[in-house]
Amino acid sequence: MIKTFCVALLLCLPLSAQAALTIQHWHTPHGAQVIFVESHELPILDVSVDFPAGSARDPDGQAGLAQLTHILLDQGAGGLSDTAIAHRLADVGAVLGGTFDRDRGGVTLRTLSSQAEKGAALDILAHVLQQPDFPQAVVKREKQRLIAGIREAEADPGTVADKAFYRALYGTHPYAHDESGDPVAIAKLTRGDVQTFYRTHYSAPNAVISLMGDISRAEAEAIAARLAGGLSSAAAAPALPKPEPARANEQRIAFPSTQSHVLVGAVGVARNDPDFFPLFVGNYVLGGGGFDSRLMREVRDKRGYAYSAYSYFMPMMEAGPFQLGLQTKLAQTDDALKVARTTLRQFIADGPSEAELKQAKDNLTGGFPLRIDSNKKILEYLSLIGFYKLPLDYLDTWVDKVNAVDVATVKQAFARHIDPDKLVTVIVGGERAR
Amino acid sequence: MLGMRGMLLALLMVGSAQAAVTDVTLDNGLRVIVQEDHRAPVMVSQVWYRAGSMDEFNGTTGVAHVLEHMMFRGTKTVPPGEFSKRIAAAGGRENAFTNRDHTAYFQQMQKDRLELAMQLESDRMANLVIRDDLFAKEMQVVMEERRLRTDDQPQSVVYERLMATAYQESPYRRPVIGWMDDLQHMTAQDARDWYARWYVPNNATLVVAGDVKSDDVIAMAKRYFGVIPARALPVRKPQDEPVQIGEKRVVVKVPAKVPYLLMAWHAPILKDWEKDTAPYALQILAGVLSGNDSARLQKSLVKIQQIAVSTSAGYDAVSRGPGMFMIDATPAPGKTTDKLEKAIRGQIEQIQRDGISEAELARVKAQVIAADVFQRDSLFFQAMQLGEYVTAGLPPEALAHRVEKLRAVSAGEVQAAAKQWLQDDQLSVGILDPQALQPQTRRPAVPGVRHD
Repeated sequence: MIKTFCVALLLCLPLSAQAALTIQHWHTPHGAQVIFVESHELPILDVSVDFPAGSARDPDGQAGLAQLTHILLDQGAGGLSDTAIAHRLADVGAVLGGTFDRDRGGVTLRTLSSQAEKGAALDILAHVLQQPDFPQAVVKREKQRLIAGIREAEADPGTVADKAFYRALYGTHPYAHDESGDPVAIAKLTRGDVQTFYRTHYSAPNAVISLMGDISRAEAEAIAARLAGGLSSAAAAPALPKPEPARANEQRIAFPSTQSHVLVGAVGVARNDPDFFPLFVGNYVLGGGGFDSRLMREVRDKRGYAYSAYSYFMPMMEAGPFQLGLQTKLAQTDDALKVARTTLRQFIADGPSEAELKQAKDNLTGGFPLRIDSNKKILEYLSLIGFYKLPLDYLDTWVDKVNAVDVATVKQAFARHIDPDKLVTVIVGGERAR
Repeated sequence: MLGMRGMLLALLMVGSAQAAVTDVTLDNGLRVIVQEDHRAPVMVSQVWYRAGSMDEFNGTTGVAHVLEHMMFRGTKTVPPGEFSKRIAAAGGRENAFTNRDHTAYFQQMQKDRLELAMQLESDRMANLVIRDDLFAKEMQVVMEERRLRTDDQPQSVVYERLMATAYQESPYRRPVIGWMDDLQHMTAQDARDWYARWYVPNNATLVVAGDVKSDDVIAMAKRYFGVIPARALPVRKPQDEPVQIGEKRVVVKVPAKVPYLLMAWHAPILKDWEKDTAPYALQILAGVLSGNDSARLQKSLVKIQQIAVSTSAGYDAVSRGPGMFMIDATPAPGKTTDKLEKAIRGQIEQIQRDGISEAELARVKAQVIAADVFQRDSLFFQAMQLGEYVTAGLPPEALAHRVEKLRAVSAGEVQAAAKQWLQDDQLSVGILDPQALQPQTRRPAVPGVRHD
């Protein structure tokens, strides 16, 4: 242990290298979109490759096919077994991950940027994206695991509530069914189904390749071209249907839990909706600002009804949900629900106060640097910008867009999208349905 | 030990080319650790109290965590709710967490707002007011938290009951959130006593990481925290865990669909980071067993034998109390936890008998080295690690040399650690025996309003 005064040494530390975030964008020769930020501060390369291959793309009667396909990508590819893939990645310390939701199916890679490690890791990524083998025995195994995971989650009241909420909100729209799919449908899926889904959705014209970190532009171009090169040329996915607004609906689902899980909501907005910023900023006041929000104050601080009470808009490719949620002991379910509904209704009627809105804007704009303070967070934004076709200056204009929101625009936006008389409510917990 | 150390400055050049760590103890005993990282114009400030659930007494389990909640409920000069409001107005994110070993509070903000964090954090170190009415409300919140995170989560119940069985004397047998009955009987005075006992500068560490200058941080810490007088801390009894002398089993019958198995062996922790070897070997062992998607447990149980749908191994070398090496698994449909347990024991016996390959060892080490670089992408994680080490009584050097020590582990040491520590007499097994979930009857309150 070196115990000494070394203040002079501190002065020798490298000074801050603050560079503005420069986002570069191009298409590969095969039509894949590329989005790139060059940063050499850490010897790391992060890659994410996304496709419109989420659960909303499940064919009719095959709920779970998108998820199964996604799971199987790295379980055998280009003649390498699942074990060979896992070991080769681990041998160079690389981490292969996945993104999967209703819109997206994607693969992420984090690797050291040193030549040998990066080369080996990208090699595996190319295998996984371009040549998944979907071995018969592995398909069978992963179907079983996927079903078991769904069964396991059936013991979690939060998951039960979430599934029922989406079903109630989206009816026959592809967003209605759960991301993991349906055990009965999964049991019937075949290797051929998976291959067809893969070829149709994991194509170059569908691909969004995001790169962040310690490589040059020239190298980024070469990597992107190589990753896209071996993908199928299936045409870009068609748009999803537009969700219909849900009708008022309340469901009570019996469940042997000590708490009720309460979800209230409506069909909200798509990523590209012009009302996104007023809703996002306004929702900070309603239930997005944690301890700083009305829901938390009314439900938790004043009454002690719940540990967590929140609301959010989840913008998706098409209109995603607006959701308000809380969990409370069974006996006070109705009281807590009433408080939450009253809080929501009041907010929609009156909007935020000037002081509340200022507080929201101060927090969001003042906290903006925290949103892009790591390579990982920046990669997530790149993937979002690329996948949802947001403007390239999205991050540059973010603070201005928050600042431009005023009380009137919040009120108007909420009035346009959330009708307090047409809310969907799901309550899971308690002895029996009422 | 109060104020006798004066000011010690230690500058550690961290092995993996990380920025320097400054480690200072103020006259009142507050330890200040600064990790400069100038990649982004932000910082994280964390105050760690060496007071967690392990410092509680029977009858008031959960009080450490309850106090954490009350720390947001007002001081002599800052009204209830104001703490969060002021941090939020400055663009900050803040919260707190309680664990067995510690309670910690943090703010993430732009770099020039550290002063606000220190002002508020130092205020609640000394001037907390616990009002009876707010306490009563907060207890309701904490009980909801227990229901949410433990009572309605079958695997959490298994963990809680297994710990209560595996440990006999160690306070680690008690859940951090507290037993429900203790929560129901907790009083505001219990929380006040806890605060008076442990919330003193000589029981705390301030960790600041980010785009800051160490000198500035230390000067500011002196200004805000330096004025709070030290107070004598109660004597902490060791409460050493007696050696387990035979396997223990606990069955948990709760509503669920799928069984679950959790196995826990008593294990050493890192005490002398330079001389100890077993804690490093056990970390490598955990990596060999489940460090990648085709590590031993995954490969044999999930992929080849297909008797599990998921499994993992875990071991934490850094803690104040006794260590545990754990393996958990969920059986595949139609397979029993009995069969699964036998298969896991088979995997362990194989390592005890035949050791591990050089390729496996190299693979885990490659992951350790890369993970160490990847962690530098997260300011929060860097601060967390420093806080955990220091609060557990380990110097920052132990963290700085962690990778080097792990790289030095041999295959023979891993085998020896498996033989010495993964013994049946040291094992406690928890089994989730799923009971029927209520049939789910769904029907709209107002018939016919589902849209389709």
